[in-house]
Amino acid sequence: MIDVSGLTKTFRNGVEAVRGVDLTVAPGEIVGFLGPNGAGKTTTMRMLATLLRPSSGSATIAGHDLRSDPRGVRRSIGYVSQSGGVNPVNPLGDELELQAMLYGMSRAEARSRIADVLATLELTGLEGMPGGALSGGLRRRFDIAFGLLHRPSVLFLDEPTTGLDPQSRAALWEHIRSLGLTVLLSTHYLEEAEALCDRLLVIDGGRIAAEGTPAQLKGERTLNEAFLEIAGRPA
Amino acid sequence: MRDTWLIFRHHTRITLRNKFAILITAAQPLFFLVLFGPIFATFGSWETLVPGLIIQLGLLSAGMAGFGVVFDWRSGVLERLRVTPAGRLPLLLGRVLNNTFTLVVQTVLLVAVAYLIGLRAPLLGVLGAMALVVVLGVSLAALSHAAAMRLNEHLFAPVMMTAVWPLMLLSGTFLPMSMAPQWLSTLSYVSPFRYVLEAMRELFAGTYASGVVAVGVLVVALFAAISLTVGTRVFSRDNA
Ligand SMILES: Nc1ncnc2c1ncn2[C@@H]1O[C@H](COP(=O)(O)OP(=O)(O)OP(=O)(O)O)[C@@H](O)[C@H]1O
Ligand SMILES: [Mg+2]
Repeated sequence: MIDVSGLTKTFRNGVEAVRGVDLTVAPGEIVGFLGPNGAGKTTTMRMLATLLRPSSGSATIAGHDLRSDPRGVRRSIGYVSQSGGVNPVNPLGDELELQAMLYGMSRAEARSRIADVLATLELTGLEGMPGGALSGGLRRRFDIAFGLLHRPSVLFLDEPTTGLDPQSRAALWEHIRSLGLTVLLSTHYLEEAEALCDRLLVIDGGRIAAEGTPAQLKGERTLNEAFLEIAGRPA
Repeated sequence: MRDTWLIFRHHTRITLRNKFAILITAAQPLFFLVLFGPIFATFGSWETLVPGLIIQLGLLSAGMAGFGVVFDWRSGVLERLRVTPAGRLPLLLGRVLNNTFTLVVQTVLLVAVAYLIGLRAPLLGVLGAMALVVVLGVSLAALSHAAAMRLNEHLFAPVMMTAVWPLMLLSGTFLPMSMAPQWLSTLSYVSPFRYVLEAMRELFAGTYASGVVAVGVLVVALFAAISLTVGTRVFSRDNA
């Protein structure tokens, strides 16, 4: 479902954020994207979400070529960015409606779909609020609502559970699992990676440093120890 | 087409919710109209002054439209919309048309107040000038968005506030360029606003089929084409 080969990104200031990433995510698979701060997770995901032009390499997402058919890619994916995209001053219901209709839904379809998504994320009743009036975790749940609205077949989630309370986090894991989507999800919570993901990728310095199921990566150690060994910096 | 309409409607709803903002952006030319106009009217005509104030309004309203995009950029809203399949031109055009809508509302207000205190332009002339305002609004708003996306966000406000003044003065906003010394008048021909402004003055004076009007229309159309091209290019930058 996601096929990436030789992806690189060198920013204009010379930073080589991604230095040759190959990865595959099978249909229905949930893959965790781990790695220390600045490793290149967000940069990789922004490239795959058509927001950033890769310096080199290629990718196919849900059958669409990233370079030649970005619009096809956009139609198939949901993307929740690390920093979110909630409008602080406008009622979120209006923002959701615009978003849904930009994916081709009629207003009636949009409204019933919005009601469903808000109900699953336990946000019903908050759609009249502007983002700025919500707590951080509620705002984050709205970010996720935006990403799920159009029933994408592939989901990119960049640290989706940052700021969520433990109940919401567990509920989100369960929800993501129940959708059966293809998911690439970055996280710094190793217990989340272990509980939710079928497979893990560890990126470090813009390169994939390790790959495998949580059990394979762990071996005899805890995942935390394994992670520190793969991507550890001397303290 | 549908995307443009959706974005336009969305932003226009927000605009209409903040009616005071429409008024406050139009306040500067209104001050000039009410507090400077009566002096100007002692040696010039209202039909000369008001088109100049419309140009001023255009620069201060549509010309500053980029602030909206800075705001949406910072909050991540723009990036969220850029992941949707919406076309890149509609993402820009929907906003730009909303800014133009605002400008038209403000211009109607300005002209209405001007009528109350002495303007006597023919309706047809005013409608013709309005058509120029629409195209001018689209151009200015598109360029403003491009500038906002290009400049760093601390630079945008001071650069735009500074750029507005020579553009206004060089177009002959407050006093017609026919009163300027030769070198200044020659220099003013680099500003597209001079041509548009002179066309609007002719229209306000009731002359429709003149060379000045034709040149004004041509210049503003060309300006719009260039602005939209630049705007869309900047807007779709960094996309895969
Ligand atoms: N727009 C940019 N211009 C220049 N350098 C950038 C830009 N965006 C990111 N970088 C750099 O690219 C590298 C990778 O950043 P990225 O955001 O992909 O890391 P990350 O793995 O998502 O980190 P985190 O866990 O902190 O979110 C960093 O060194 C960062 O400073
Ligand atoms: Mg990141």
